[in-house]
Amino acid sequence: MARYFTDEHEWIDVEGETATVGITDYAQGQLGDIVFVELPDVGTVIDKGKDAAVVESVKAASDVYAPISGEVMETNAALEDDPALVNTSPEEDGWFFKMTIGDKSQFDGLMDEAAYKSFCDGL
Amino acid sequence: MSTPNASGWKPGTPVEGHNAMSGPDTATGNRALMLEEPLLFEIGHVETTGVDLPDPGSGANRLGGFERSEAIGLPGLSEPETVRHYTRLSRQNYAIDLGLFPLGSCTMKHNPRLNEKIARMPGFADVHPLQPVDTVRGALEVINELAHWLIDLTGMHAVAMSPKAGAHGELCGILCIRAALEARGDAREVILVPESAHGTNPATAAFAGYKVEDIPATAEGRVDLEALKARLGPDVAGVMITNPNTCGLFERDMKAISDAVHAAGGFVYCDGANFNAIVGKVRPGDLGVDAMHINLHKTFSTPHGGGGPGSGPVVLSEALAPFGPLPYTARTEDGVVHLIEEEDAEEFAKEHFGGALQHFGRMTAFHGQMGMFTRALAYILSHGADGLKQVAEDAVLNANYILRSLDDVLDAPFGPSGPCMHEALFSDKGFAVGLSTLDLAKAMIDEGYHPMTMYFPLVVHGAMLVEPTETESKAALDQFIMALRSVAERAKEGDESLKTAPHYAPRRRLDETQAARKPVLAWNDPDMA
Amino acid sequence: MRYLPLTDTDRSAMLDVIGAPDIDALFADVPEEARLSGPIEGLPMHASEMAVEKHMRRLSKKNLAASDAAFFLGAGAYKHHIPASVDHIIQRGEFLTAYTPYQPEIAQGTLQMLFEFQSQVARLYGCAVANASMYDGSTACWEAVAMAGRVARGKKRKVVLSGALHPHYAEVVRTMAKFTDDEIAGAPPSLTAKPDDDGLIARIDADTSCVVVQYPDILGRLPDLAKIAAAAHDKGALLIAVNTEPVALGAIKSPGELGADIVVGEGQAIGVGLQFGGPYLGLFAVRDEKHVRMMPGRLCGETVDAEGKRGFVLTLSTREQHIRREKATSNICTNSGLCALAFNVHMTLLGEKGLRRLAMENHRLACLAADRLAKVPGVTVLNDTFFNEFTVLLGTDARTVVRQLADDGVLAGVSLGRLFPGSGNLANGLLVAVTETTTEEDIETLASALEEVLA
Repeated sequence: MARYFTDEHEWIDVEGETATVGITDYAQGQLGDIVFVELPDVGTVIDKGKDAAVVESVKAASDVYAPISGEVMETNAALEDDPALVNTSPEEDGWFFKMTIGDKSQFDGLMDEAAYKSFCDGL
Repeated sequence: MSTPNASGWKPGTPVEGHNAMSGPDTATGNRALMLEEPLLFEIGHVETTGVDLPDPGSGANRLGGFERSEAIGLPGLSEPETVRHYTRLSRQNYAIDLGLFPLGSCTMKHNPRLNEKIARMPGFADVHPLQPVDTVRGALEVINELAHWLIDLTGMHAVAMSPKAGAHGELCGILCIRAALEARGDAREVILVPESAHGTNPATAAFAGYKVEDIPATAEGRVDLEALKARLGPDVAGVMITNPNTCGLFERDMKAISDAVHAAGGFVYCDGANFNAIVGKVRPGDLGVDAMHINLHKTFSTPHGGGGPGSGPVVLSEALAPFGPLPYTARTEDGVVHLIEEEDAEEFAKEHFGGALQHFGRMTAFHGQMGMFTRALAYILSHGADGLKQVAEDAVLNANYILRSLDDVLDAPFGPSGPCMHEALFSDKGFAVGLSTLDLAKAMIDEGYHPMTMYFPLVVHGAMLVEPTETESKAALDQFIMALRSVAERAKEGDESLKTAPHYAPRRRLDETQAARKPVLAWNDPDMA
Repeated sequence: MRYLPLTDTDRSAMLDVIGAPDIDALFADVPEEARLSGPIEGLPMHASEMAVEKHMRRLSKKNLAASDAAFFLGAGAYKHHIPASVDHIIQRGEFLTAYTPYQPEIAQGTLQMLFEFQSQVARLYGCAVANASMYDGSTACWEAVAMAGRVARGKKRKVVLSGALHPHYAEVVRTMAKFTDDEIAGAPPSLTAKPDDDGLIARIDADTSCVVVQYPDILGRLPDLAKIAAAAHDKGALLIAVNTEPVALGAIKSPGELGADIVVGEGQAIGVGLQFGGPYLGLFAVRDEKHVRMMPGRLCGETVDAEGKRGFVLTLSTREQHIRREKATSNICTNSGLCALAFNVHMTLLGEKGLRRLAMENHRLACLAADRLAKVPGVTVLNDTFFNEFTVLLGTDARTVVRQLADDGVLAGVSLGRLFPGSGNLANGLLVAVTETTTEEDIETLASALEEVLA
């Protein structure tokens, strides 16, 4: 399994033909207490860089962009009842959705963990 | 006798060793005049009523089998209980009647009680919107007379009176622009809005089907004219500009902005939320504005009522005047005020406007906020031309007095670029680490004030926007300045008690995260579940 | 000027503190050519309280107040008795002169009132959640249509309007839809004793986002909402029910109970006077909690403070324009707070018992009026069913009759010709509304006036 990061503070776990997407610990720290996550419908085809989900705190709503193109296969139902999972476990239990991968060259240019860490340190 | 105030005490005099809020807990949770009040659903009963009505008995009906069988679940109270319930609730509110209400961009000024009296005259309050016009000539005259003064005060050509509030007025203005462009076969897609704009501006443009793009600002807090010019082109339908802007500054280049937009074939919408600063002094029509809404509940003092109703007539330039919504009133040469609705719009336009009227449709049922029109007209007539000019001057004087009395203790990001208009803008620069604008605002509550507008405009970090309005005395301003100075000093010194403010309000800080995560938006009876 | 506290001495002392030579120096950023040299032309100088009151009273006297006539107008605005304590409470400065409750610690009065109001509206409408009010019924109706588009995620573009929807409401929807590419399907109503529910159902298809039905409808009839709801849901469309007379819901089943997904309406009839059409009170509710985050407008919710005491706040604000900007669910900011308070107080005074009695008294008098008018030669009562408003056919243009009767101080009703100017076949129709304020003497006055003018 490989984990990639985007400069929009999303992480992507790749396992076989499936990618799992969420937001990073750094992102949840910036957003504060998450009160709601709006997830895409299963079956939606999303394009890299376009709106895929919305994550809301009390005073802000932030778009989460699709890190790669593909079709949404599953969303994290646990976030419906407990959006705070994004705060407590952003990079594990607080995942957003799973999607198909299609073209693997899409991962070119994304960061690995070390690169993302130094990216955040520079912010 | 010569010792009328023997104690020498007055409000603000320190009293050694006493904290008014300390003391034992009470059995009721009340603290003398600070009274807790349960919900209606906890004290009312479905069998109780405060209105005497006959028992219906059982007779034939024409409800066709749709009669209600289930209980509705609406508790009632007798009249004395009702009056007490709401009187007790009212005392948990801050209000302009209680003190200075310095909410920037909201223009919380005194609401004259004459206006309340007038709005309740039976000839205004007890008139149906669809009565035959011969029975409502006075109401039409009120609308027309107010329309006339709004046109004169803004130097514009026409006014659409029906919009129900500021944002509804914005929508009206943008729809006029869209209708005018469509009438000349010129489909355009983009509305430009500065980052510092009220959120209603981009929301309105999007609601009217436009794409929204930002206009950049200069370092001194104004529209960047050169950047704006560079963006203008055949796809730009118009710009939405607030003037005076949300940084409390007058857009010096307004005429040049208008000229550039017009040269590129677009229209200029002005957000008139801050008209109070210039009423009677500057006419937006002279600056090339094509449409501007006027918040009657701001500049013209109709009461805010805890969040509405508002009223947002939109003044229109000659270019946009033919496209306003229905219905409207018009006075013909014989002095008669006509009400023009769908029924006679075409005919009236043919007869009086050479057929050039192409209204874009109807925005609301009936004629707009009549109850606000009567109040606003009474306000305008009370002030007159001289008084309105004085309103703007005193509003601007009061804001600058606050700005210059506090700019040694609070950072005023645009202070160096000159005087402000009707509101003074400060930032949180210099606060001790860990203390924020929110903490200062909540501490102002303990000092007996409603806080200023916080975190708006977005272009200034930890923004605090203070709008005193013209209806404050110098003594009231001095006390407010003293309080804000004291709290600002505590914020700079790192006084940790600010973090838990307010301490003396009916409630401490409320958990907004919980409210949003698990919304409870209606009362649910445990018994009824 | 009585509203301006500063004296000239104050002004010059303040200019000294600012360091400005005169007031004009503070307007230095306003270009010279944009500054007016003197006062606005044409506007008189300031006037005393006495003078302004006199002027306004003179204008008010040119109107015929509803209470001074035999009065039968409705069509979306109703004359009801408002208890004196309602106006007393809304005039308390703490309510009247408060702002939107953005600082909840010092706005619990307004917030608790809004929570009570939302709860009352939700129960009256048979819904899970109501918002803290909109401008009026007609704009709430458009907002519901826009929300249905969001629920359909923009994939369905057709909006089916019942022909018997208030024509102003339909016009507002049509106006707004011009700018959103929604396709609006609607037609004027046909003059039948029962609403044409089957005709409406036949217009619903797979591309329909919502069906908009007024209940009771503009002619006063009661459509079969449950049947329409089933048909709409069958095609994946939402049913939006519109109610312009909330008193009716004390007598008839709630739209939510009958399956409506969004229920909107005009709340004016409870607590808010006629006021020539505004300010009124837009009511907006959803039957299912799952739609809450798609709703427009302010919402008040319950929470706790730092000491654990119950309190209320405006919540789910990320839907709104001040946070979401161009992606907001609506551009609305202001609600109709003071009118919501008036509704809340009046409904509290009524309670369930009072509301039911009020509704049945309205219906009793309306039945009486319909029976009496049916006896007038040349008058036919159209409706099989109605609550407190029904349609009569006069055999001649009702607009003319209404004007003739107004000359004699009888406000007979609203002519369908005024509401549907393009539909000649409706011209003989007259909408007659009867409330608890109508006396049997008023009914007799109307009947004899019609007898005279139709003879």
